[in-house]
Amino acid sequence: MSQLAKPTVGTPGAPALLTATIIGGLVFFFAAMFSDDPLFQFQAFIFVAAALLAGFALTAGLSGGLFSNDTDRYMDGVVRAGVIATMFWGAVGMLVGVVIAAQLSWPNLLYFPDAGWLNFGRLRPLHTSGVIFAFGGNALICTSFYVVQRTCRARLFGGVLSWFVFWGYQLFIVLAATGYLAGITQSREYAEPEWLVDLWLTVVWVAYLLVFLGTLWKRKEPHIYVANWFYLAFIVTVALLHVVNNLALPISPLHHRSYSLFSGVQDALTQWWYGHNAVGFFLTAGFLAMMYYFVPKRVERPVYSYRLSIVHFWALIFIYIWAGPHHLHYTALPQWAQTLGMTFSIMLWMPSWGGMINGLMTLSGAWDKLRTDPVVRMMVVAIAFYGMSTFEGPVMSIRAVNALSHYTDWTIGHVHSGALGWVGFITFGAMYCLVPWLWKKDRLYSDKLVEWHFWIATTGIVLYICAMWVSGIMEGLMWREYTPQGFLAWSFIETVSAKHVENVIRTIGGAMFLSGTLIMIYNLWRTVRLPSVETRDALSAPLPAAA
Amino acid sequence: MSEHKRETDAISGVETTGHEWDGIRELDNPLPRWWLWVFWACVVFAIGYWVAYPAWPGVSSYTRGVLGSSDRRAVAVALADLEKVRGAGAAGLRDASLQQIEQNPELQAYALTLGQSVFGDNCATCHGTGGAGGKGYPNLRDDIWLWGGTLDDIALTLKHGIRSGDPQARTSMMPAFGRDKLLTTVQVQDMTEYVVALSGRPADRPAVERSRVLFAEQCSACHGVAGKGDPVQGAPNLTDGEWLYGSDRAAINAQIHNGRGGVMPAWGGRFSPETIKALAVYIHANSGQ
Repeated sequence: MSQLAKPTVGTPGAPALLTATIIGGLVFFFAAMFSDDPLFQFQAFIFVAAALLAGFALTAGLSGGLFSNDTDRYMDGVVRAGVIATMFWGAVGMLVGVVIAAQLSWPNLLYFPDAGWLNFGRLRPLHTSGVIFAFGGNALICTSFYVVQRTCRARLFGGVLSWFVFWGYQLFIVLAATGYLAGITQSREYAEPEWLVDLWLTVVWVAYLLVFLGTLWKRKEPHIYVANWFYLAFIVTVALLHVVNNLALPISPLHHRSYSLFSGVQDALTQWWYGHNAVGFFLTAGFLAMMYYFVPKRVERPVYSYRLSIVHFWALIFIYIWAGPHHLHYTALPQWAQTLGMTFSIMLWMPSWGGMINGLMTLSGAWDKLRTDPVVRMMVVAIAFYGMSTFEGPVMSIRAVNALSHYTDWTIGHVHSGALGWVGFITFGAMYCLVPWLWKKDRLYSDKLVEWHFWIATTGIVLYICAMWVSGIMEGLMWREYTPQGFLAWSFIETVSAKHVENVIRTIGGAMFLSGTLIMIYNLWRTVRLPSVETRDALSAPLPAAA
Repeated sequence: MSEHKRETDAISGVETTGHEWDGIRELDNPLPRWWLWVFWACVVFAIGYWVAYPAWPGVSSYTRGVLGSSDRRAVAVALADLEKVRGAGAAGLRDASLQQIEQNPELQAYALTLGQSVFGDNCATCHGTGGAGGKGYPNLRDDIWLWGGTLDDIALTLKHGIRSGDPQARTSMMPAFGRDKLLTTVQVQDMTEYVVALSGRPADRPAVERSRVLFAEQCSACHGVAGKGDPVQGAPNLTDGEWLYGSDRAAINAQIHNGRGGVMPAWGGRFSPETIKALAVYIHANSGQ
């Protein structure tokens, strides 16, 4: 390819974004001035600070001509930023997880009466949102930006809009995280941020949807690849879930607090319709999309079955949305709603496993890579954990099982076999693939370190979930045990003391998982510093011959 | 150029669909049979479950299911069963006095199990799982009682609480001598020495002498001339070496300065009379009385 000068124009939308930033910064400045709620002021000032930073960056970029828009190239800068954010927030979120696991293990030692923000109640949502939305969310956004460009052979739609999505999402994370520490919460699990931050996320998410849809629209491939169906389902459904579950009336436009539009059991059901589908569409559909691109790409084998991907996609989409009531078994929720939640969860088993089969069977003809490529092994173990937790989920949704497992550590173990095993490992696999591709390296810095990461993290997960099975079933049995005279045999605090050892094992397992992540960050950082190799990924370049 | 023709994958011998994205192709494998069959089995199970149990909502009601299952009825039955198990013992507690319960081994055993169960989830929060208490929360295992340690005393405290707002609650108030400027800072310091001396520990003699009259005027009305306390007023014995808010000089000084008094809820509105009786017997049996 001769070095023909490609038309380079300023990134469209940057001047408009600068204007919006300045107006937004002023609005929040005055809102903070007129509010008498210190927590609202705190969040408004974070918006002002973000607007100032964004304003400077945009002004410098525009005047210095730093924004180029090489329409012949994929837009990879925002993906690289996403990889860095994913690993950064991953380390933070997992560290907070280890801290709160230690607090549960040694409650007297790690109790800080004078620093409320350091205690379990504030740190717990920081951990859950940190790993789900900051780590998982950044991983999904950046891989979706990478995958949609490659599989559509089109540059990301919307110019600077994808950068707005990236930075806007980071601002959402900072607002949510600092808000939790300051004590702002609407007490909806996995939807703790209050109305102001919810509105901001809505704006960012709509921009994300536009970038994704616009890129699909521009595609130069005749068909839409299965990974993009899953990404789109994830983006659209999360938008719907987020908006409906957060319908609320602020007590004042200048106050952080709001009240839900729902009440009583309807409120609970709306929350768990959201909560369950956050698992379904964020943590399942989104990461299946990741799997559908990175597994066949890495093992260089065709996807096992196109038909299975269609059938399990639509079955998953249609059935998942019904399963939320299984979070409210034996509550004020009517029994018929519990029945529906349970039966749809059971029908969900095979649609979930369709993804597992397609992922695993894609390796047929390349099983030797399990031995030779630790990154492949990581992704395969991710799929195995996916299969295990999507079997465990329907089992736990059965009312008789749920009567024992609900509110116990068993649930925590179930969530972590999905979160650490599936979401964590498939993301790690994707990141190990992406970093050499994005930074133009021919290899990772060290496969040996990937091996270490794999074994330390896998052992950590096994310790974690086994400890939680034992403590969950133990406390479930203790809670329901009666004396011959008909009284509860154990007080609650006795059931808490009884699982001290399991709590300590869980902390060790979590610390091992975190250690693996830190090894990975070191490995990726050294990879970025390797000398680069020339690769051609211009959009107009001919496709490499199919292997 | 990406619209490839269907071709056969060399390794598996299966045809591809002919699509290709960034080098990724798809095999045209059929749905795995077992997968499909298990899926349909789950669907059949779900339909069977809907027939058997309450399932689908209508306009004003829902399908009840042929088994007639009802969570509400199940709870009612379970509670009735529990009453049957507890029945004889509960009736015994109702009819017997506290002293009779303690003297009847069968009733006592029943009361102790019930008391332990209730204590663990209601009282242990403050008094500790073993009832040993902590700073500000009295130890229930020893023979020292602020408001009296007989069965009737304990039952009264349980029923109406201490400074709980209940009209019959046990109530008294140690004045905040320092904070409310009833005594000067120096007088509070001197009185601290006097209280230390009362518990038989070495103290600053001149300060003790200076406080002797003051103690008689200000403190003896509740704590007694000799400092032995008064269970009627909940005034602690200052000579026994047992301290609710700490035994060192700083703690005693703070107590004279601030005059703290704890609150115990009135449980009469929450527990049945039988449960209060059982708790009183349980606490009495585990104390040093």
